[in-house]
Amino acid sequence: MKLNIAVVERGPMAIGLLIALFLLLFLGIPVAKVIFVAFQDPNTGQATIINFVDFFRNSLFRESFVNSFYVSAMSVVLASILAIPLAYFTTRFNFGGAALIQTLGIIPLIMPPFVGAVAMQLLFGANGSVNLLLDEHLGFTIPFMEGLNGVIFVESLHYFPFILINLSAALNNVDRAMEESAQNLGSSGLRLFRRIVFPLALPGYVAGAALVFIKVFDDLGTPLLLNVNNMLAPQAYLRITSIGISDPMGYVISVILVAFSLLALWVSLLSMRGKDYATVQKGGGGLMRRDLKRWEKLGCYAVVIFILLLVLSPHIGLLLLSFGTIWSFAVLPDAFTLEHYYTVISTSSQYISNTLLYAGLAALFDVILATAIGYVVWRTKLVGRKWLDYGATAALAVPGVVLGIGYLRTFHSVEVPIIEEPLASWWVIIVVAMTIRRLPYALRACIAAIQQVSVMLEEAAENLGATKGRTVWRILVPLMSGGILAGFVTSFATASVELSATIMLVARETDAPLAYGIYEFMQSASGRGPGAALGVIAVLFVGIGTYVSHVIIERTKRSREPKPIVSEGVPA
Amino acid sequence: MPEQNQQSTGVKIEDLNLSFGDTHVLRGVNLDIQDGEFFAFLGPSGSGKSTLLRAIAGFGPKPTGRILIGDQDIADRPPWKRDVGMVFQSYALWPHMSVRKNVAFGLEERRLPVQEINERVDNTLDLVGLKHLAERKPSALSGGQQQRIALARTIVVEPKVLLLDEPLSNLDANLRVQMRREILELQRKLKLTTIFVTHDQEEANTTADRMAVLDQGVIQQVGEPMKLYDNPDNLFVARFLGTANILEGEIETRAGVTSFRCANGTSLALNSDHQQGPGSIVFRPQNVGIVAQDCLGGDGQNRVSGKVCHMEFLGSVIRYGVDIGNDVLLIDHPHKQGEATYALNSGVELLVDREGIQVVAA
Repeated sequence: MKLNIAVVERGPMAIGLLIALFLLLFLGIPVAKVIFVAFQDPNTGQATIINFVDFFRNSLFRESFVNSFYVSAMSVVLASILAIPLAYFTTRFNFGGAALIQTLGIIPLIMPPFVGAVAMQLLFGANGSVNLLLDEHLGFTIPFMEGLNGVIFVESLHYFPFILINLSAALNNVDRAMEESAQNLGSSGLRLFRRIVFPLALPGYVAGAALVFIKVFDDLGTPLLLNVNNMLAPQAYLRITSIGISDPMGYVISVILVAFSLLALWVSLLSMRGKDYATVQKGGGGLMRRDLKRWEKLGCYAVVIFILLLVLSPHIGLLLLSFGTIWSFAVLPDAFTLEHYYTVISTSSQYISNTLLYAGLAALFDVILATAIGYVVWRTKLVGRKWLDYGATAALAVPGVVLGIGYLRTFHSVEVPIIEEPLASWWVIIVVAMTIRRLPYALRACIAAIQQVSVMLEEAAENLGATKGRTVWRILVPLMSGGILAGFVTSFATASVELSATIMLVARETDAPLAYGIYEFMQSASGRGPGAALGVIAVLFVGIGTYVSHVIIERTKRSREPKPIVSEGVPA
Repeated sequence: MPEQNQQSTGVKIEDLNLSFGDTHVLRGVNLDIQDGEFFAFLGPSGSGKSTLLRAIAGFGPKPTGRILIGDQDIADRPPWKRDVGMVFQSYALWPHMSVRKNVAFGLEERRLPVQEINERVDNTLDLVGLKHLAERKPSALSGGQQQRIALARTIVVEPKVLLLDEPLSNLDANLRVQMRREILELQRKLKLTTIFVTHDQEEANTTADRMAVLDQGVIQQVGEPMKLYDNPDNLFVARFLGTANILEGEIETRAGVTSFRCANGTSLALNSDHQQGPGSIVFRPQNVGIVAQDCLGGDGQNRVSGKVCHMEFLGSVIRYGVDIGNDVLLIDHPHKQGEATYALNSGVELLVDREGIQVVAA
């Protein structure tokens, strides 16, 4: 009997080992290398902490450290200010604008923050549209985009949906009986919110806030495009690109970035641990909703529309920029044209085709890896199978800059046979970086899908004579197809705008993807128009991808759902 | 626990109607629940029993009509001003608070002095026998323990009325029997007016002083469990409370004798006068005797002959299905070790006690 199991699991074991090897090679070793170099004396090769001492002796680095921390913390604050009222409206009131708020939660995420950054400068900068209008009519200006403010503003507008989504989900998962039992015992109003509702939703909020903090902390593109260099990620990039891959400071910064990523993940795990608050049972989830009075409704709409305008401003700015001729010291561009789109398509279409190729390949590898990992973890009893999941998910804690630096350092001396070029500058390494970076997303989608498939369906196939392999191919994969497709689209959409790792790995212009192209264009004033046009194309990619994956997920969900059972006592 | 205050805490419901949008969930509910009574709402799912309970607590859509506790109309009060304690089906223990914090919550909301809160929490935890778990989080408790804490959290505030929403449905069978005894004991000790929602007739029968059977938002019958079982007012109640033989036909009075004529011509004498005309009769399987065809006896009882068409051994009784032409009647015959059973297809005589026949509205 034991022998049989061993034979049956030989295939999965080989697959599991291959995946482990891949993760080790392209995630474990590069990151370990970065950490190793950070603790190594550049001259003698001895283990040392001298690099960290040097780091903190340098006033620019100290300033960068403080700035990164400050910008991340302030982004969390500003994002919370945007997200909390929206989450409260949707979960507490019968509010017609709820659908509007849901869209609000997606719109920013379909545009990487660095793409909108330049457009935001034109709208909110010292000589931007808003300040020109303010100055003209009210006689004062607001330094929205001044230095660090600009980064905070752009990042919080972009990342607040993380808080909105997590907090709304947490509020919706609170068992209504939790609130009712408190009311039954004499509690109401703000006290009820403070003592019961808020603590129950807190883990969701903390998870969202930790995510915002770390995304901002790691972001490279936004500060670079806003020309804010005194932050950690830009410093790491600039040290490596200007001084070279032997300069230890880039590695020290990488270690700090990874440490903070881990810290943030740990905080969000800690807040979730042992608090399985998703206790929805009979009464259904969510707080009691009430109808709004007329003036309350007006107030809600005012807040929602104000936030919607803010959130849409990068998109509006980008559109104006991509269609505008000259836009300087003016509220709107002087005239409109399609020229930038011609420029992009006639001279820079390789950015688009490269992106389609890279992101498509990366997404394909991601779902194959994710399905295989999901199978090994959930359908076999292999020792250490959970570590495949942990290993792949660990990529979440590795900022793109760090992965880029790790690849440069690890693979610059690895020659690829036949084409005789270092692996670090071959375009395939970009695909690998994208694959590793987006694997956690695809993995969650595929694992969710595999968990929904009853093992009995597979056992029935085996009982009728199908081998393990045939069963996976004919039963499991078709049943998982919704999740796999959703994982593919998510990976594709997010990989297509990946900048922080690719910016370090692009060896030549002809190999560069969209995000890199946008970055290149935006460097010069004359390139802004075409850059914006490219940005609009990128937004379309991601937007369509997000929409498609949403449709797929909804459709699978609907086709799988058992017929709704009307629960007694509570209106559906 | 201090004594309950002397004020009456009976619950009176007058002309209560409630709808979710266009769906009428409760229709014309009138109830008078006595001070200190253990009262059950019994009905199938969707009958509106939970909705009625939640309406008393102030949850769900606002009903029309009056809800009085003692002589106070509480229908317009928000849930937190009603002073009715409710134990939720899911227990709804707050996972972020310890057991002690959970139990203390209601007292804290009432702004009682800390010392009194501690004292009362301790006493109540003692009452449910879980004082030693006070510092645990609810997630570290078993189902039965959670149930006791939920009960403790509610009774510690000394509500005027205790509402229990299917409190035993999340427990396994053994624990359920034990918990229902404990709840009943506690209720007797505290003399607390208690309303208990359940879909399980055994639960209602064993605990309730009186009960109301609900169906489709309408109260079908109110009374003591045994009375409802023996004298159901209508077919729904007859069917819902245990197994019943139900026959449709005509009631007629001839020469001062009232009898019931089935569709197949069988006639059964009834005990007392009933209005003539179409009607239904109900009798329980255990009120019917079964004897071999040639057997004499059963004086004064209705005799119906038929053929055994199926037989189920249920342990203490054997349930025969006897085909009397047109209808199959169920008969529960006590099982005694060694006694022969009636074979399938054998002819038998049924003795239907006229005391056991209940005439109900068609």
